[in-house]
Amino acid sequence: MKTIYTRNVEETIELGKLIGHMMFSGAIITLNGDLGAGKTTLTKGIALGLGVKRVVNSPTFTIMKVYDGRIPLYHMDVYRLDGIGFDYDLEDYLYGEGVSVVEWSDNIKDSLEGFLRIDISIENGNRKFTLSTDDSRYNMILEKL
Amino acid sequence: MIILAIETSCDETSAAVVKNGKEILSNIVVSQMDIHSEFGGVVPEVASRHHVTSITKVIDKAINDAGIEKSDIDLVAVTKAPGLIGALLVGINAAKAFAFSNNIPIIGIDHIKGHIYANQIENDMKFPLITLVVSGGHTELVLMKEHNRFELLGCTQDDAVGEAYDKVARVLGLSYPGGPIVDKLAKEGIDSYNLPRPYLQKDKFDFSFSGLKSAVINLIHNSKQRNEEIRVNDVCRSFQESVTDVLVTKTISAAKKYGVKQVMIAGGVAANRGLRNKLNDNIGEFELIIPHVKYCTDNAAMIGVAAHYQYLDLRMYDKMDLNGRPFSELGRD
Repeated sequence: MKTIYTRNVEETIELGKLIGHMMFSGAIITLNGDLGAGKTTLTKGIALGLGVKRVVNSPTFTIMKVYDGRIPLYHMDVYRLDGIGFDYDLEDYLYGEGVSVVEWSDNIKDSLEGFLRIDISIENGNRKFTLSTDDSRYNMILEKL
Repeated sequence: MIILAIETSCDETSAAVVKNGKEILSNIVVSQMDIHSEFGGVVPEVASRHHVTSITKVIDKAINDAGIEKSDIDLVAVTKAPGLIGALLVGINAAKAFAFSNNIPIIGIDHIKGHIYANQIENDMKFPLITLVVSGGHTELVLMKEHNRFELLGCTQDDAVGEAYDKVARVLGLSYPGGPIVDKLAKEGIDSYNLPRPYLQKDKFDFSFSGLKSAVINLIHNSKQRNEEIRVNDVCRSFQESVTDVLVTKTISAAKKYGVKQVMIAGGVAANRGLRNKLNDNIGEFELIIPHVKYCTDNAAMIGVAAHYQYLDLRMYDKMDLNGRPFSELGRD
């Protein structure tokens, strides 16, 4: 477990970038936190770290957006899903080549294994990022941050 | 040319018959709004299932109400992107089946293009023009110098406008969709909360509504902590004033920069009265075109009109391998 605080959007993006730099094909990051916590902002940083050029904006409306980068980024918001279902072939993406970033992942938790979990909360105007994992592939990332 | 148009990108199942890109012979829309409102948003698989049960009836009714025979149809048009992929595929496959069995060519249409062309139904486009596309999934400023040619001037960097409305409504404990209810309550409130205006760079046409959403959430949290009453109507009004200030300022400055003849709005949020009024008050010398509310929300008539102009421009049909995509590529290529 590792806890990191950021003071503003720029620092959150910088943190995301560091995480993105260390990501590998097939990695899954789950982001959990209330509306406005900074899930999409952190994802913008992760995208930069993955070399994504396009604007990363909210995936809420379409559930998932795919971006080309050094490794592809699959950005998902599963707030409106109850279980993984069949509509999206989400499992093909989650266990595909790219890096999956899943917002509101608790809604599909039965379908997820081997991921880096990031809980985001707001404390006195700062963002608190708590990173945890039970998969050794991500240990190096926690150590390096 | 008579076009049968089909639209199933989100939660409306719709089919329309459009003659010569202008005359709407029929426009059938079956909304699933009531089904999804209890979930606080459109649930993709539920939407797909309802599209499946409605689509054939909706197509039949569109043809019957238009008073035409299947053999009168020259072209089948269907929304191919952007949208919920499962929902899109229902319309695409229904369109393919209809086109194949009746030996009629098919073309896929971008949904955003449809929203823009909703303005051509009751008005005639004069170029150059700009359109502010505002909906649950989109916030884009698009420049057109001629029919069927689109230049993307700017888009949202995070949340779409309609999505920001939905999320603000959610934290206020209001119903889904957030746009109409916030618009309604805003009318009863005053702009008394000091919310930021997210202009980003003033000379650029990109948008950002995530920070504003966070500001509303902070405001509500802080008021709760201090045991202060939250004046819901005032929060709605303050939020709406901030959103519409930014949208209108950027739209008018783009209109000036490109010396347009018309300013148009499109998409579900174009039904918002606060936005319509503020645009009207600030439009100056430009001609403002606002589609009828029934053509602002998702409908197949607008897809049929867009298809007419796409065909006139490109003279190309799609093949039977036409596929759905969640992204719009409009103006990005």
